[in-house]
Amino acid sequence: MQYPTNIEIIRVPCTGRVDIIHLLKALEDGADGVYVVGCEEGDCHYLTGNLKARKRVEYVKKVLEDLGVETERAAMYNLSAAQGPRFAEIAREFTDIIKGLGPSPFRKPAAKAA
Amino acid sequence: MIVAERKPIEEILEMVRDFKRILIVGCKGCVTVCNAGGRKEVGILASIIRLAREKDQNPIDITEETLERQCDPEYIEQLADTAGEYEAILSMACSVGPQFISARFPEARVFPTLNTEFMGGALEHGVWAEFCQGCGNCKIHLFGGFCPIARCSKSLLNGPCGGSSGGKCEISKDVDCVWHLIVEKLMKEGKLDQLTQVKPIKNWSTSRDGGPRKVVREDLKL
Repeated sequence: MQYPTNIEIIRVPCTGRVDIIHLLKALEDGADGVYVVGCEEGDCHYLTGNLKARKRVEYVKKVLEDLGVETERAAMYNLSAAQGPRFAEIAREFTDIIKGLGPSPFRKPAAKAA
Repeated sequence: MIVAERKPIEEILEMVRDFKRILIVGCKGCVTVCNAGGRKEVGILASIIRLAREKDQNPIDITEETLERQCDPEYIEQLADTAGEYEAILSMACSVGPQFISARFPEARVFPTLNTEFMGGALEHGVWAEFCQGCGNCKIHLFGGFCPIARCSKSLLNGPCGGSSGGKCEISKDVDCVWHLIVEKLMKEGKLDQLTQVKPIKNWSTSRDGGPRKVVREDLKL
């Protein structure tokens, strides 16, 4: 299955490992969007990791809202580890959403011009 | 612990609007425990401010530090070497912190980033409630272990008011009527008559009512 090459994947043992600062840093470092892909709710091996991740994504969405930036630039998705095609579909889906929004307003002007 | 909350981001951005080089100082004390101003929160606030300023194409340089506490001069002293390098210092401690920093570095522009709210404890992860008002004369043992000064909206000392309904305070369904709790507890223990004992009226001068307070331990002074 194919998915866009503009995705940078950072693997974690559980999305519970992902914290607010990681998502903010991604945006600071030039990502136009950042999304977290975790297990289906209820299926987390560590029980609540993916639930915590969702809360943290919601926090970052609130930060984006406070800064006047599109909240769609941060997102949480849930799927089973066995769902390869769905993983690719999410990658395409999120890429399309971000392409529609345009480059991140946090990008330094030099990068924007490129 | 002292429970505080970070100020709204717009308020903080307004504080640093004219500055290009700032220091954000956290505290490993109470505000770490209530997730308001510890090392993690310093990182998050610094990131948010940088993002906001990038967006406005007015970048800002932020140094992040976290002190053991900001209520002891020895810890504030750790900022001495570098304090002069910043246009502004943002404290993420309870309001004691920015006051101590301001006193030690009078030339510095010091700003509080938290709103200090109350002395309290955790009800569950992420939820804290007020339990103590610092009245200076603790008598919770007379009230079944509950504090009517802090937890009664009117700090009543003789029983519930007419606004107590269904165990809740009339100001909000989210606030328990502490007198309801006190009476139920004492009834359960068969000690309700404890409340009928006549006690002298409370001397409020030990509370904030008596003016700013000081505690002196002569045995500890050098």
